[in-house]
Amino acid sequence: MPINYYLFLSLALFTIGMVGVLTRRNAIIIFMCIELMLNAVNLLLVAFSKMHHLKNLALNASVGTDGQLFVFFIMVVAAAEVSVGLAIIVMMYRNIHSVDIQFLNRLKH
Amino acid sequence: MFSFPNIAYFIPLLPLLGFLVNGLGRKHLSKGAIAWIGSGVLALAFAASLVVFLNLPSGGPTLLNAFDFIRIGELRIPFAFQLDALSSLFLLIITGIGFLIHVYSSAYMHEESAEHYGRYFAYLNLFIFSMLLLVMGANYVIMFIGWEGVGLCSYLLIGYWFRKPAYTQAANKAFVMNRVGDLAFLIAIFWLIARTGSVNFVDLPAALSSLSSSDITWITMLLFVGATGKSAQIPLYTWLPDAMAGPTPVSALIHAATMVTAGIYMIARSNLLYTAAPLTLNVIAVIGIATALLAASIAIRQNDIKKVLAYSTVSQLGFMFLAIGAGAYGAAVFHVMTHAFFKALLFLGSGSVIHAMSGEQDIRRMGGLKKALPITYFTFLIGCIAIAGIPPFSGFFSKDAILLSAFLKSPILYGVALFTALLTAFYMFRMFFLTFGGTFRGTDEQKHHLHESPLAMTLPLMVLAVLSVIGGWVGIPELFLHGGERLIEFLSPVIPVVEGHAISHSTEYLLMGLSTGLVLSVIFFAWTRYRQYRSEESSAPFARLLENKWYVDELYQTAIVQPLHRFGGWLRSFFEPKIVDGLIQGVGRSIRYISQQIRLLQSGQTGNYALWMVISIVVILSIQFFVRK
Repeated sequence: MPINYYLFLSLALFTIGMVGVLTRRNAIIIFMCIELMLNAVNLLLVAFSKMHHLKNLALNASVGTDGQLFVFFIMVVAAAEVSVGLAIIVMMYRNIHSVDIQFLNRLKH
Repeated sequence: MFSFPNIAYFIPLLPLLGFLVNGLGRKHLSKGAIAWIGSGVLALAFAASLVVFLNLPSGGPTLLNAFDFIRIGELRIPFAFQLDALSSLFLLIITGIGFLIHVYSSAYMHEESAEHYGRYFAYLNLFIFSMLLLVMGANYVIMFIGWEGVGLCSYLLIGYWFRKPAYTQAANKAFVMNRVGDLAFLIAIFWLIARTGSVNFVDLPAALSSLSSSDITWITMLLFVGATGKSAQIPLYTWLPDAMAGPTPVSALIHAATMVTAGIYMIARSNLLYTAAPLTLNVIAVIGIATALLAASIAIRQNDIKKVLAYSTVSQLGFMFLAIGAGAYGAAVFHVMTHAFFKALLFLGSGSVIHAMSGEQDIRRMGGLKKALPITYFTFLIGCIAIAGIPPFSGFFSKDAILLSAFLKSPILYGVALFTALLTAFYMFRMFFLTFGGTFRGTDEQKHHLHESPLAMTLPLMVLAVLSVIGGWVGIPELFLHGGERLIEFLSPVIPVVEGHAISHSTEYLLMGLSTGLVLSVIFFAWTRYRQYRSEESSAPFARLLENKWYVDELYQTAIVQPLHRFGGWLRSFFEPKIVDGLIQGVGRSIRYISQQIRLLQSGQTGNYALWMVISIVVILSIQFFVRK
């Protein structure tokens, strides 16, 4: 499969995620959109590293594997982030009985 | 320590000490103590000056280096004193006459309260200190310190009776006009430093070769402008008549005998430069003779006894500048000396008259004081004869030397100078006859009060009268006495003697005879005219012109003072509130406005922040991608 397909898919996912973050008010949806953006990047990393690996296989068998490794790191960090983020959302709901981020502008006053 | 040359340090230090003691202790000391301290330090300074004068080595100057006043890079300006013929002569004049005037003041100012009495003597001592610094300084910078000091003391003493607004205004006028001249002096000093790197008088001969002729002309011109301020020449002379607001002994000391001759001293000190600048000399000669004539013409129609003397001083200073312009520096210094004697005498005499008349200064209301004030009368007469220039009184010799130098320079100058000398004789004897001749014209109360002044006042008068008679004998021309012109010879280490008078003895006799004869006839004319008082009210336009001092004050008022006032008013009413304040407040206001706008960005909405973040990243990336290739 040409790399272009991966690129377009990843770009589409990232844009959906970004627009979601910017437009939605529900904290859980925003949280999911952030996950979407992370996964779009993951997809891109995997696709490019696979491409590199196939291209330079003759030179070195281990080329292009670090991108794949990096994806695992991102997954781990994202999992950690999810746990913290969800905890924040739970606390937020406990305090203001809502998950609407519009109510979170209290710092201003 | 008490021997030459170190004793010279005491000459300025003693009056400084007197200033400090009298100035700080004026609330605690009695009047007697103040007078003794004030006069005593002067007597000691005079004694020290005599030691210096008598021990002066012939030839080069003696330099006393105290410390380095300024040291920046290559420039080194020492705080040094220079003792030579010129400065030692001035030291004697200043401390000697200063002492007499201090003694006189102790009686003249007796009605002041002790505190003000102390203030007066402190100022006088400070003045003497500054004047001594001026003449002893071995370079222009030290001279300038003294120069500013005497200007300050002049201001303080003119405004001594500071409760009268007119007097403080006169003080301000003197100070401001002096500042105009001082600025030119300062620029000249900077010019000299920039071109030669030295301001020492001893370096002047060497500096002369490294200066271009235009430099010399500019420096000498600027120095001369400085001198016109201090020595009351056109165009900066109008402060001196107003300076008569000060106590009369002050007028005698500062505005007649010493301070106003500072300009002459400065130019005589820089005579090497001036000799190399013929253009400046011509300018000085013209200004000098013009001032002499103008002031003499004004003096004819003045009725205030001190104003007449003030204009006479301006006129005599003009004579001295004429001599300088003619290249006869020695004659100028000679006239400074004799003028110091007879003008101090005349001023102190007028002070004695004013004292007797209970403060009256208008000569129209005097008359017939001959009987009541015999000593004042007699000494005043001597002063008048001396200033009029009748042999063998002192004024004759110095004025004759000046007239001779003017004759050598140009017959026109001589003619005008002679005419001015006749005017001098006329107005002096007009004043003399109006004051002492005729019958008393004051009020009965004043008449009852008439009395001769105490000994402390008459003694200085007598001493000065003797000096006014014999003071000129140090400069008797070669013509009368072989080995004459001792003063010129004495000054020759500082002021090189120009050899070769291109004038025959018979011409010299003729000129002297002419001036003496004319002066005598003018005095006779004044006698016939003013022997009996008659009202002088005249509506002739020329007389009114003279009475109003050629309207010079009014001219300055409209041409300089009022435009400056208006400019100041414009600055206050428009420039300051609109432009300056507008600029400063505009900066504040615009910053506040911008902050208010930027503050809106911080809305507290997380979505907004994220949006700005995305926009910024897009912008940065596009710059990276499209612009920074």
